[in-house]
Amino acid sequence: MSLRNSVVFLFIGLLAVSCSKSDNDETVIQSSKGEGVKIQTWKSSKGAKVMFVHAPQLPMIDIRLVFNAGSARDAAQPGIARLTNNMLTKSAGQWSTDQIAERFEEVGANFSTSALRDMAIVSLRSLTDKALLDQAVNTFKVVVSKPMFKPDEVKHEKSQQLISIQNQLQSPGSIASKLFYKAIYKNHPYSQPSIGTTESVKQISIDDLKKFHRQYYVSANLTIAIVGNVTQKQAETLAEELTAGLPEGKAAAKLPAVVLPEKARTIHKDYAATQTHVLVGQPGMKRGDKDYFSLYVGNHVLGGSGFGSRIMQEIREKRGLAYSSYSYFSPMQVEGPFIMGLQTKNKSKDEALKVLNELLLKFINEGPTAEELTHSKKNITGGFPLRIDSNKDITEYLAVIGFYNLPLDYLNTFNDKVNAVTIEMIKDAFKRRIHPDKLVTVTVGGKAE
Amino acid sequence: MKKIILIPVIFMLSVSLVNSAEPDKTAQTGVFEARLDNGLKVLVKEDHRAPTVVAQIWYKVGSSYEFGGTTGLSHVLEHMMFKGTKKLGPGKFSNIIAENGGRENAFTGKDYTAYFQQLEKSRLPISFELEADRMRNLTLPEDEFKKEVAVVMEERRMRTEDKPRSLTYEQFNATAFISSPYRTPVIGWMNDLKNMKVADLKPWYQKWYAPNNATLVVVGDVEPAKVVELAKKYYGPLKPSDNIPELKPRKEAPQFGERRITVKVPAKLPYLIIGYKVPSLKTAKDDWEPYALEVLAGILSGGDSARLAKQLVRKQKVAASADAGYDLIARQSGLFVFDAIPAAKFSVSDVEKALYAQIESLKQTPVTEKELKRIKAQVVAGNVYEKDSIFYQAMILGQLETVGLPWSKANEYVDKIRAVTAEQVQQVAKKYFVDTYKTVAVLEPLKK
Repeated sequence: MSLRNSVVFLFIGLLAVSCSKSDNDETVIQSSKGEGVKIQTWKSSKGAKVMFVHAPQLPMIDIRLVFNAGSARDAAQPGIARLTNNMLTKSAGQWSTDQIAERFEEVGANFSTSALRDMAIVSLRSLTDKALLDQAVNTFKVVVSKPMFKPDEVKHEKSQQLISIQNQLQSPGSIASKLFYKAIYKNHPYSQPSIGTTESVKQISIDDLKKFHRQYYVSANLTIAIVGNVTQKQAETLAEELTAGLPEGKAAAKLPAVVLPEKARTIHKDYAATQTHVLVGQPGMKRGDKDYFSLYVGNHVLGGSGFGSRIMQEIREKRGLAYSSYSYFSPMQVEGPFIMGLQTKNKSKDEALKVLNELLLKFINEGPTAEELTHSKKNITGGFPLRIDSNKDITEYLAVIGFYNLPLDYLNTFNDKVNAVTIEMIKDAFKRRIHPDKLVTVTVGGKAE
Repeated sequence: MKKIILIPVIFMLSVSLVNSAEPDKTAQTGVFEARLDNGLKVLVKEDHRAPTVVAQIWYKVGSSYEFGGTTGLSHVLEHMMFKGTKKLGPGKFSNIIAENGGRENAFTGKDYTAYFQQLEKSRLPISFELEADRMRNLTLPEDEFKKEVAVVMEERRMRTEDKPRSLTYEQFNATAFISSPYRTPVIGWMNDLKNMKVADLKPWYQKWYAPNNATLVVVGDVEPAKVVELAKKYYGPLKPSDNIPELKPRKEAPQFGERRITVKVPAKLPYLIIGYKVPSLKTAKDDWEPYALEVLAGILSGGDSARLAKQLVRKQKVAASADAGYDLIARQSGLFVFDAIPAAKFSVSDVEKALYAQIESLKQTPVTEKELKRIKAQVVAGNVYEKDSIFYQAMILGQLETVGLPWSKANEYVDKIRAVTAEQVQQVAKKYFVDTYKTVAVLEPLKK
């Protein structure tokens, strides 16, 4: 469902940035000024980066902890980041797994964990009624800092992860995605599946998990996003409380540079299905990339904006070849992927693939038309208020801004930067960054009947 | 493990445009209601947190209105609603919304077809103008239909044909129901899609798409009186339909014993579905029963501390995942559904036995006060959390009205759940979880 949403855009109305001292005069608070969402950011005493928005309208709070502990840190143990993250729902401190689940749920709190390639996320949503919030936060800080990694629970969670791997193996889309990442990233940490492999997950030991947790679940490696009905002072206290049990530690090392594939490749895997899943792409761009706006706006025209985009027009609207067809850049710590994708009945595979490739070539050579570019700019800038109209959205954006070290003044200039993009800039960026002679094509599906 | 089960109940025009709204009916307040002279019902709810608005138009038509041979008609029509009117060419609707920074999509369920736009608030008139136009003036061109029905077949391949559990669910559903229209899949059977004609769509459109068969729901940074004025301006001139058919009840024929099927398709993981016939809020004779079933679903499946996760997944370790679900808001009686994936080294029949033990215990012993308290706390909190999404708030109002319940049911939800007792939960378990009303489907993976 979320493929086309993967290009997360960041839009928060910052008109100016200023520095001030808070009441707690150790902490330097940076605030955004002006209309729209007002962000405040500071470092906790243990070095975690805190991003806060005061949202008093509803008696609730969202807290999202993001550790730089995604599967890019798996090294020789694919699946360990995911397993460590999942173990945070198990016994911790003085409480059993059952007790932890009860402690959250009896106060109506939602607690969840997830691990992507870059981010390991631990989230809490709670009411701000004091008694309820206290119980939720007291539980939350323990699950993050004091997981027990009990042998029977580790064993069980490993078996659960092995089932998830089997589950992906009965999904042609997941199979295609794994082959694609492996092919475009070769030996880079991004090449490995976050979920791991059957062999690698089996070999992960309790000590491995403890070590991973000790190294990466530390406050210097943490971004905290807080949005809700608490004051900035309360948010400061919360951030201190949440990091109290964590060692300060060190931020994770920089990821290695991404090397482009040497030449174009096509990989096919037979799979008993009525459709073939098609993915075409290469490493794309990173967060804060100098070509970000040119590539982002350009891709919006190519395949990033649903029905308005060329790929959707040509594949679905004109030819009826697929229900879903798209292209996107997924900017990450280092170059995340550029992906074009679709699913079509097996006998249409070649036709759809041909159209997809022609669209890309034409776009690299000619860029968008003036009319298309204007249309995309209107869509992106006119939709601004929708992106920040819920606490959930704002929490996600704060986490991204903080985690990827995007500058605070990045957002107030976002619409301007979108508007500044020209046809020439898009052509230039696509020419330099997208290489038809290095594209990886993955197809997973059945034979044409 | 995160939940890996996904049973599609709503089919959308396209992927990924909408924040997933998981219906979880809770209380609403402050809804403004009006009815235009042509019969269009208008519901407006103010939410001034952000300068945005969502407009949804809900039609009383969906797969449960369809008949054999033309299943999937409502959903294909939903797709065709983007293919032009007398005034605007194919795709133009989406183009105008996009140019205004809007998000849009549409979805079809068993009992409804709905269209929506999310916009910066000053652009609400654009939504009304376009939706009013396509409510009565669709052109349904033959060439566009041919391509779009091919798109829907691709959608069916993606969502159902190549997904072993979805396929199993579809077969399960068609086994559980014999005469109820809930037996057919929302997206339609493949053979019906292959043989669908644009001529099938025209009468369907003319029959159901009219102001007196629709509800307009608007939630956001708006003033109700102004929204109604705007609705009068754009929707007001539309002629009502004078031949909206009276629906036949099409009640499910009685069941006289367990039904059981096997689905053998290429897959890696086996899967089990068990369903029991139950009433919905609309069909229940005793008003408290649906709420007791709702609480029962929470006891079993409402979180990590609920019984199925705690007992089957973590304690007995017989299931990799196990869930229970109940659809409170529906036009017809439906199913209380259990589904589970066995853990490695366990079989479907092990999981089935474990589920029956849970069911038996619900019949024998009242649930604990602690469990009831937990569910009530979750419902109270959920009632606050849902206000974080204007889309979701609109969704609940639209669903209730469209299945024929007053939107005010949303206001009662928290109190009704709070009033449910342990004895009532036990009573519904005893009354409905009986073999005579049971259907079981098993996915047996064909290894390749």
